[in-house]
This record gives sequence, structure tokens and C-alpha cells, in this order.
Amino acid sequence: MTAANTGQTVAGEIEGRPRRYLLDREGLLGPLLLLPAVVYLLALVGFPLVMAILYSFTDITTGNPVLHFVGLDTFRDVLRDTVFRRSLRNTVVLTIVSQLLVVVLSTVLAFALRVDFRGKWFARFLILLPWTTPIAIGTIAWLWMLDSLFSPIDWVLGQVGLIQQGGHMYWLGKRDLAMASVIAVQAWRMLPLATVILLAGMSSIPQEIKEAAEIDGASFWRRLFHIELPLLLPITGVAVLFGLVFTFTDMTVVYVLTGGGPQNSTQVLASWAFYKGINGGSLGQGAAIAVFMFPVLAGFAALILRLANRAEVS
Amino acid sequence: MAVVETRVLRKTFGDNAAVDGIDLRTEEGEYLVLLGPSGCGKTTLLRMIAGLERPTDGEVLIGDRVVNDLPPRARRIAMVFQSYALYPHKTVRANIAFPLVARGVDKDEQDKKIRWAAALLGIEHLLGQRPRQLSGGERQRVALARALVREPQVFLLDEPLSNLDAKLRALAREELKEFQRRVGTTTIYVTHDQVEAMGLGDRIAVLEKGRVQQIGTPWDIYHHPANTFVATFVGSPPMNLFERDQSLVGFRPEHLLPEEVVAEGDGRVPFKLHVERVEYLGSDRYVYGTIPELSSDKRVISRLPFTVTNPVDEDAVARFAVAESNLRFFDQQSGERIEPQPLKGLGA
Repeated sequence: MTAANTGQTVAGEIEGRPRRYLLDREGLLGPLLLLPAVVYLLALVGFPLVMAILYSFTDITTGNPVLHFVGLDTFRDVLRDTVFRRSLRNTVVLTIVSQLLVVVLSTVLAFALRVDFRGKWFARFLILLPWTTPIAIGTIAWLWMLDSLFSPIDWVLGQVGLIQQGGHMYWLGKRDLAMASVIAVQAWRMLPLATVILLAGMSSIPQEIKEAAEIDGASFWRRLFHIELPLLLPITGVAVLFGLVFTFTDMTVVYVLTGGGPQNSTQVLASWAFYKGINGGSLGQGAAIAVFMFPVLAGFAALILRLANRAEVS
Repeated sequence: MAVVETRVLRKTFGDNAAVDGIDLRTEEGEYLVLLGPSGCGKTTLLRMIAGLERPTDGEVLIGDRVVNDLPPRARRIAMVFQSYALYPHKTVRANIAFPLVARGVDKDEQDKKIRWAAALLGIEHLLGQRPRQLSGGERQRVALARALVREPQVFLLDEPLSNLDAKLRALAREELKEFQRRVGTTTIYVTHDQVEAMGLGDRIAVLEKGRVQQIGTPWDIYHHPANTFVATFVGSPPMNLFERDQSLVGFRPEHLLPEEVVAEGDGRVPFKLHVERVEYLGSDRYVYGTIPELSSDKRVISRLPFTVTNPVDEDAVARFAVAESNLRFFDQQSGERIEPQPLKGLGA
């Protein structure tokens, strides 16, 4: 269209002050939109992290809040503590066992939920529910389920005849059972996320590859173990790493369910750091315990990034 | 090797019939092409033969045996998909070996077969690589090798050339034909590309709206189209069609030529062509215009090979003609081909 037949001059179309178009510049708009997130991260993640590392080299307590550097003394004290060593072991056991459970169960669930059936929507909704519930509330529900006197699980076991009718397991009162309970609740909580991630991963496997395997003469199990699961591996890795990080750093389940008991037998690093640093007032020691988690988490984070990268490429 | 047959095969999705009663029978070792526009049901038909889709009605027979209730792996067929569907996490060797492993063939035999197939397709040097390292053409050959080692009774190919660029496609087409001739296995090939269909098929089945419109040799399909759909779908540019005396008369663009070029003895039918535009395409010239005697507004296309050097001017009336033997007649209502009709009062 020419200027002549629109009845307008070309010069008339270029208008307005340049300032109006400042936000059209990506170089400006990008940083501007990122700013709130960066401020948030620096203030609420970065600053506390630096403080924690700083505290871990001091003998600061709530009663005497001065930064008095003592070098590695705090770490030495922490390492000598048997409860700390127990917590460290518990954290590792809890993380690994619960994630193993999650991998197996979420894979089974994802395959089951892929099939079309009536009420599939509702089933998916139910499975996602634990993830949407605040951890504390979900755990309180479990606290009731595992109650020493009124546990419905005990009642069911009694009805089935696995334990004496009216008998009690005292789930949270015995060392091993308490640890098992913590692991089970942790797995229950992480299951939805892993399942959803796997479902998404599954839908990214091209239909034609599955059909090719079918035509190539592969049975269901061969297709599962030789085609689908290997193709799902990278995405499973992502799900597991998320689970590892969430489980490794979580203290809510232990705090609500057992309070670390009985006799500190279910303490994990996060809960022990809290009890020692906040409840006990030894800020320095609490910080030192928490700092032990740092290298492990940094490793996990690096792995997540690498996996995510790889998944993008292929 | 086996004969594939379908009997009144139907497949409906909801109210929509994707395949609407198809009867087909291949011959032993034949290369049959299913040709049609997208959505004509050709892929659904192929998938039913493969066993990936259950027919709503009718029967699929392979080697004179009804296979409706057999899963794909029991049908002794091999299929090459449009995307090739190679297993991305396996090497080329493992990809080709997969059907053999699935059947429990022992290691030595596997090795022998893999080497045989790889040699036949010239991909020995790729055996250690993974699919993502391969080019489109190489992937296609790996997919063929994987299909080949099963020694299937039937090959099913679903648009295997559509992911290749134009140059490679021509080469791969030639290779496919050569390959099929060598192994001599009955092959059903799905495509929407008429050039592929004409070039590859011993016979072509033209599909539209879930039905076979015509089945025949490429020659038959092109020169004796059974109805107006086939006449306009096959051939580029498509056949010119005009209403005339309650029927449709058609002729191919390459048959509409300057009067001097058409031999007089053939009983030529002259037309006054109002030329609007001439397109020069190297090997051909396309002449666009109208023939007011037939229709005042319907465009007509003439295709002149470069061997015809007669000058054709734009915005002028030129004397063109079609040999009578090259006219085709169709029923106006049904579009089916009918006997030749005398054309009255044309040209002169």
C-alpha cells in the first residue's frame, strides 16, 4: 500500500516519544523481569546461606549472639556427637530407601495411569493429592494413622489376623518401626511428583517406536524392559534427583511424626540442626550440622542440571 | 512371500468411516502402492494389515489365512514407519538385531543375518553408531535392514520417503525399487506422492474417502482414470475437465497442443485457446487460458514439452487441438468414466 492511496503521509505514522518503546528492548526488559526473582533469592536464600556458613565457624549461641571465630572447633564438636553420626546415617538411609520405593512405585503407577479407563481423571487427581497437601498436614494425618492406641492400620492388621486382635504395633514407639514409618511417609509424599514426571516422559516416547517394537515381535515385557524403560531413564533420573533433594533436606516429616525419637533414633541432619541450633540455642553447632548437607546438595544440583541438558538434546 | 487380501474391510472412528469396505488382493511378490490424499484411509488400511489397528468389520488375510485375531508379531510382516522409529538408545547393530533377539535366534545366526542385511543395504560401516548420528537416508536404510532380517512374508512401508529431501528422495526411490526386486517380497507401500506411486508401483490403488477409487497399473491409472477423482488427483497439472452435453469431458494438459503439432489423421478436435499467461519451466511451458466454446470462466492448462517450439503469445487467441483418442468422458453425476461421446460444434 502506498502513502498516496491511504491518504496519509508516511511521516505521520512514525510517532510518539522513544521512551514509550523502552520496554520493547529485550536487553532492558529481560533483566527487569528477572529482578524480583533475583532479589528474592539473594535475600531469602543467599543471605541465610552465607550466614549459616559464617556461623558454623563460630561458637555463637542465642544467649551470646556475637561472632567469635573458633576455626574448625564447632565441626569437631559436632562430629564427636553420636546423635549427629546417627542423624547422618539416618539421612542417607531415609533418602536412598524412600527414593528406591518411589522409583519402583511411580513407574508402576505411571504405566497403570497411562491406560485408558473410566474415572482415570479421578485416579490421577487422588494420586496427585499428597503433593498438593502441605507436608505438615499430610504428616499429621499419618500421625493419627500411626497412633499407638487408635491406629487404623493396627486394626486392619488385627482383622486380617497378622497381629492379635486389639494388639498394637506402636509404630512410632519402636526404633526400627519409627524409622520405617518415616521412610514410608516420605515415599508417600514424593510419589505423586515422580509419577507425574514419568507420565510426562512417557508421552514423549513416540508411538511409532512402541509400534515398531510390537511388529518386531517383542512381547510386553521385552518392550517394557528393552524399549520403554531405557527410553524413560533420563526422565526417571530427573524425578529421582528431585526426590533426593527434597528428602535429603526435609525435616517436617521427622519433626511432626517422631520429633526425632524414640531416643533420637529417627533424627536426620535437618531436624538435628534445628533441635541443636534453634531449640538448643547453639546456633554455631546447628549451622555446622546444616553445612554438612551442602556438598551433597551441590552435587545433586549439578547432576540435575546435566541431566536436564541431556534430556533436551536427545 | 505371501498374498495379502482384505475383504470388505471397514474401520470407523466414531461416526467417521476411515476405511469403508475395501476389497484388495495383492499378487505374489507384487509392489502395490496405496495412493491418496491425507485422510483418505490409506494409513489406517496399512495399520489394519499390520495388526496395529483392529478392523471394525471385514477380514484381513495374509497367505490365505485370516489374521484378524493375530497380534502384529504373529503376522510375519515387517513395517517401515514414516519416522523410521529406530530405537534411539540402541546402536544400529542392536536395532537390526532386535527382531532376531525377540524371536530367540541364537547369536551366530543373528550375526550372520545382520551382516547379510547390512551388506545388502550398504550400511556395514554404521553398525556401531546410534540413530541420532545418522542422516535421514542412512536411518531409512537401517529401518529397512531391521525389517529385512525378519524375512517377513510382507513388507509394509508407510511413507518412508517423506522425511528425505527432494534429491535424496529420488535416489532412495530408485534404491527401494531395486531392493524390492532383489528380495522379491510382497510389498504394500503407502504414499500421497503420485510420482512415488507411479515410479514404484507394479499396481496402484487410488484411495479416497475410505474407498478404492481405482486399482491398476500406473499406465491404466494415468491414461484410463476410472473417475474424475483419479483423473484430477493423478497427474500434475491435473486433467482439464469441462461440462459438455450432460457429461464431463477431460483431457490431460500435455494433450492440449498447438494445432500444427497434433497429427491430422487422429481425428483431432480443435479449440480456440484464449491465452492469458505462459509459464516457462525449463523442460516445459505451461500455457494458462480459457476455451470459451467449452466454458467462459474455467481455466485450462496446456503443458508443452520443450520439444514443441511453436511460439505462444500471451493475451492472444491461439489454435490448439486435442487428439480425439486422448479425450476422456465421465458421467456428470457420479463422475464415473463412460463411453466416448461425439463432440458437436467445436473449433472449425
